[in-house]
Amino acid sequence: MKVRVHVMLKQGVLDPQGEAVRHALGALGFEGVSSVRQGKVIEMELADGTTEATIGEMCEKLLANTVIESYRIEQL
Amino acid sequence: MKAAVIVFPGSNCDRDMAVAFEQAGFEVEMVWHKETALPSGIDMVGVPGGFSFGDYLRCGAIAANAPIVRDVKSFADKGGYVLGVCNGFQVLTETGLLPGALLRNSELKYICRTVGLRVDGQSVFTQGYDKGEEIALPIAHHDGNYHADDATLDMLEGDGRVAFRYTDNPNGSARDIAGIVSSNKRVLGMMPHPERASEAAHGNQDGARLFANLTSLLATA
Repeated sequence: MKVRVHVMLKQGVLDPQGEAVRHALGALGFEGVSSVRQGKVIEMELADGTTEATIGEMCEKLLANTVIESYRIEQL
Repeated sequence: MKAAVIVFPGSNCDRDMAVAFEQAGFEVEMVWHKETALPSGIDMVGVPGGFSFGDYLRCGAIAANAPIVRDVKSFADKGGYVLGVCNGFQVLTETGLLPGALLRNSELKYICRTVGLRVDGQSVFTQGYDKGEEIALPIAHHDGNYHADDATLDMLEGDGRVAFRYTDNPNGSARDIAGIVSSNKRVLGMMPHPERASEAAHGNQDGARLFANLTSLLATA
C-alpha cells in the first residue's frame, strides 16, 4: 500500500521560507498572493494492512515534530 | 570526572567539545551513535554541534532516534548532566529533553559570527558568570530560531530556565532565547558555541568559563 504524509508548520508558527516564496512571487509580478506556507510531502510504500494508528505513530515519533508541525495522512 | 561526547555521522564540533571538557579537567570518551549504552561512570554527556545525518528530515530528528540517545535520555531522566550545543540543542529538543523547537532563521540565512549574550538564570553551567553579565560567543547555524508556545515561554522565564539571551537577536528566536535548561537545570541546550571560545588562540575565552568549574561543581552537587 502507498501512503502520502503531508507535514505542515502549524498555524501561528512563522514560516520564513513560505514568506520568502511569497515575496519572490510578488517580485515576478504575480499579484494577490497573500500567503504562502511551505511544507513537506513524504511518500511511503508500506506492507498491506498497516493500520492508520501505526502510520500515526510514525508521524508522531519521527516524520513530524508536533511542537511545530501538523500532519495529514493520505492513503493512495 | 568523566564526560562522554556523542558522535553522529555529520558531527563536526565533537573534538572541539572534547578539548573544552579536557581543559576543564574531564576525562573524555567519544561515543559513537550506534552504541546502545554510555560508558560506565559518566558524569556529563556532551551532544556536539554539526549536521548530524545531514540535517535530513529536520535538524536533529534522526539523531534523536539514534540508539545511544535512548541511553542519554535515561541518563538525563536519572538526573545526569547533559550539554547540547547547536545541533546538540536541536537534538535535545527533538528528544523532548528540552521543550520547544529550533526553526529556520527568520532571515533565512546561515549565520556565522560572534554575537552578544546576556547570562540569565542559574545552573551549574552558568555559575562561572555573573547573572546579567554580557559575554560574546560565536554562532554558526541556519536553524536557530527558538520557538515554543507562549505558555511554555512564560514557564521557562518564570522558572529561571532561560540560560542565555541574545543582546541583539540574530535569528528571530522567541524572547531572544539562545539557551535553556531542563526543569532540574541539569540539561542545557544552547545555539552559541562555548567550545569555540575556550582558549587564547580562539581570541575569546568567554566560553571557557562555562566548562571551567563543572568538575568541582559536579563533585559537590
